[in-house]
Amino acid sequence: MELSSRETWTVIHGLVLGTLFLLAFSGGLAGLWSLRPGLVTTQGIKERMTRLYYGIWIMAVVAWATVITGTWIVYPWYRAALAPVGDDPFAGCAGAVVPTDTCSPRDFLLSNVSGTTESWHLFGMEWKEHVAWAAPFLATAAAFLVTYYGARLVARPWLRAAVIVMLVGAFAAAAIGGAFGAFINKIAPII
Amino acid sequence: MTSTHHDAEIAPELAELHLADKPDGPGAAVILAAGIGILVLGLLTTLNEVSEAIHSFLDAFDGDGGVGPLSGKTILASVAFLGSWAVLWGLWRTKDVDIRRVFWIGLGLGVVGTILMFPPVFQAFG
Repeated sequence: MELSSRETWTVIHGLVLGTLFLLAFSGGLAGLWSLRPGLVTTQGIKERMTRLYYGIWIMAVVAWATVITGTWIVYPWYRAALAPVGDDPFAGCAGAVVPTDTCSPRDFLLSNVSGTTESWHLFGMEWKEHVAWAAPFLATAAAFLVTYYGARLVARPWLRAAVIVMLVGAFAAAAIGGAFGAFINKIAPII
Repeated sequence: MTSTHHDAEIAPELAELHLADKPDGPGAAVILAAGIGILVLGLLTTLNEVSEAIHSFLDAFDGDGGVGPLSGKTILASVAFLGSWAVLWGLWRTKDVDIRRVFWIGLGLGVVGTILMFPPVFQAFG
């Protein structure tokens, strides 16, 4: 039972950081949602805000770590052009049922050698690799707003709703990235 | 700066915390910066398809690292987010900016950026 270096990084990028992001998002959303007048005592606000600060900044840091590891460590392995030989851009993928040393995941998907797979790259990967970067921007902005306003958010329902919109936007961007990442890695794994 | 918030009157449980009023400028700054960052990422994603020169420019950001033009898009978008945040912070840090209006502007920028990075849209320019 072992993982290669590439598989380990794929697990760190998608599973470890993705799970942490999801946990931090859930905590942050629940904390913000219940931060309403009349629901929490003064002592409760103090206790809740401390937890919220930690949770939302963990979410922001994890969002940055996820997109940086994904773009700068995992993505080059996915994207490498290994298959071209002469005029045939997918010669190295001939007969492949999974990506190989001569057929990167991107080559494999675009070659359609094992079913109609090109849309996983042309739509799924192309969307995922871009939209996921909205997550750290939005999560960082939400974290700053929670830290800057602190308990004042209890008295400002509109602002609290705006922060929740940004938090949900960050989650949606990460969810698109995570879902397509999981599907693509299932069809064309980085080995 | 003028104090425009009455938090402890709306939520009496805040009175014991003795929270000083704060201007909305810094909050508005980060909201608009997030919208700008997403818009820049969307614009660069589409421009990468439109122009071979821009594609080469974006591709050069990682040398031979294998990331391709995504390197330039994400680095420049991050610089746009952090840079615009710093500039807007400097401009608005003591001001009571209309944060609702800024939120809607930031949301609009973010939506446009998100549309521009949707594959059927940017691939139409390829």
